Amino acid sequence: MSVLTFDPSGDPILERRRQIQSIAQASLGRRKAYSAVALGICWVFLVLAIIPLVAVIVYTFAKGIVAWNATFFTQVTKPEGIPDGGVANALVGTVIIGAVATAVTIPLGLLGGLFLAESDGRVASGIRFTADLMTGVPSILMGIFGYIALVKAFGYSGLIGAFAIGMIMLPIIMRACETAIRGVPGHLNEAGLALGARRFMIARRVILPAALPGIITGVLLAIARGVGETAPLLFTIFGNQYMQWNPTKPMDALPLVIYNNSSQPYPDLLQIAWGAALLLMAMVLVLSIGSRIVAARLQRERR
Amino acid sequence: MTTDSVTTPAIEDDVNLTTGEVFPERPTGHPVMQLTDVAVAFAGRTAVRDVTFDVHDREITALIGPSGSGKTTLLRALNRMHDTVRSARVTGTIMLGDTDVYATSTDPTLLRSRVGMVFQRPNPFPTMSIYENAVAGLRFNGVRKKALLDEAAESSLVAAALWDSVKDRLKAHASTLSGGEQQRLCIARALAVEPEVLLMDEPTSALDPIATKRIEELIGELKNRVTIIIVTHNMQQAMRVSDRCAFLLMGEDKAGELIEFDATAKLFSEPDDARTLDYVNGRFG
Repeated sequence: MSVLTFDPSGDPILERRRQIQSIAQASLGRRKAYSAVALGICWVFLVLAIIPLVAVIVYTFAKGIVAWNATFFTQVTKPEGIPDGGVANALVGTVIIGAVATAVTIPLGLLGGLFLAESDGRVASGIRFTADLMTGVPSILMGIFGYIALVKAFGYSGLIGAFAIGMIMLPIIMRACETAIRGVPGHLNEAGLALGARRFMIARRVILPAALPGIITGVLLAIARGVGETAPLLFTIFGNQYMQWNPTKPMDALPLVIYNNSSQPYPDLLQIAWGAALLLMAMVLVLSIGSRIVAARLQRERR
Repeated sequence: MTTDSVTTPAIEDDVNLTTGEVFPERPTGHPVMQLTDVAVAFAGRTAVRDVTFDVHDREITALIGPSGSGKTTLLRALNRMHDTVRSARVTGTIMLGDTDVYATSTDPTLLRSRVGMVFQRPNPFPTMSIYENAVAGLRFNGVRKKALLDEAAESSLVAAALWDSVKDRLKAHASTLSGGEQQRLCIARALAVEPEVLLMDEPTSALDPIATKRIEELIGELKNRVTIIIVTHNMQQAMRVSDRCAFLLMGEDKAGELIEFDATAKLFSEPDDARTLDYVNGRFG
């Protein structure tokens, strides 16, 4: 084990080396056992944490997949007892509301995040605090706010739903953009400044492209969060049994179908609710996986 | 018995004070580490290969060569730091004494307590005091005896030329030290475990010239205590501190290779390989 081929006594360094090595050797078993136990505990808790997640996914899949047939995707919601109902109207509503909310919040969130990342002033810390507060606010408040401020004046519409959903998404996008932009090394900023570039030019040509993978991930995760929200839609879009492409009119949405149908006693409506839940879950899954693929591809291109 | 006979003998004396026995002189210069056909590959792409040389006891071996020649990659193979990189493969044989570094029976943590490492940038543990930093390796290795910890802390801080300036504030945070002092604390931290070999990866590249000079002097003084392998791309530094030198160069397929290994004086004055001559004369790299 040791390279020493002679007696080390009298040489304090070698004496101590021998002592330390023998302690390290002797305690190796105890340290290994300790490490194994700690790792085992990590695994146990990991499994415990994953069980409910997996259970929800498996159960939803098993219940929802039976609802998926041709009419599910092509027909509108039908009352109990009438066969061949679907969720086409809710799917259209969710996509349109999600698209409007995303189109409005991306520029706001991106520029807001850029401001937060570039500024350390009192205004920025106030906005940052407010954004953090907004991510913690129960989402039903966004719905009630939309109802009181807009629905009372303009009536129920998909646009107000998009507004309420956007209120949920905006702080998430803003903070994700800020984090991504802050992650860009500061010396890139300095390199731009030293070339005589203006700050916004550096941001547009250097900082934002470098932060793009993080920004895209943040935006897609915010969309995934937004389209799954039910509460903000309850008081704003009203729901609609007919196909409605016009977002200024009352619309239906997948979370709303789940909410309304799941409280019904009728098996056919419950099945539609499970199918809608699976569809929503699949959409969120696609967005999450898509965000990872896009981010990974962008990272790879950099190298 | 005269008083002379009880004065503390120098390390070379090899006299056991208790028994009065005199031991054969401590052997020097024998190989402590032997590298045979060592190669490192990442995801199948070879980063460095064909490395064969012996590291001699209580000498300073320098690894030199231009960027990309695999110096750091080779150094990190010696204490199995590549274990943490999933795609990395180390082939060939590295022997530490009679321990095969990459044998499955060799415990990597135990190995790393015998082969210490100092990194490019000073990296003291930020939440620990100076004292706790110095003894961190000992605690990690199961040492609990206060006397041994104190003794090792003082001895290693003295050896790292830091003791005089920190002995009155051992409880202060390591972050209160200057960059050069932090690097010397990292050297002390590595020394406290009493490793047989100390690997240094460009230990002065983040330091100013004065701090660099102090570290270089320190490296020379540590020779009696530990065998040192140092990566540097400063040729003057290699010339100043090392006894033997390995020159690595990137081959045509971008993999580093060992071009020449020899006594530093010979390698810098009359190397066998024309490429070594070009490099040490500053004609490239």
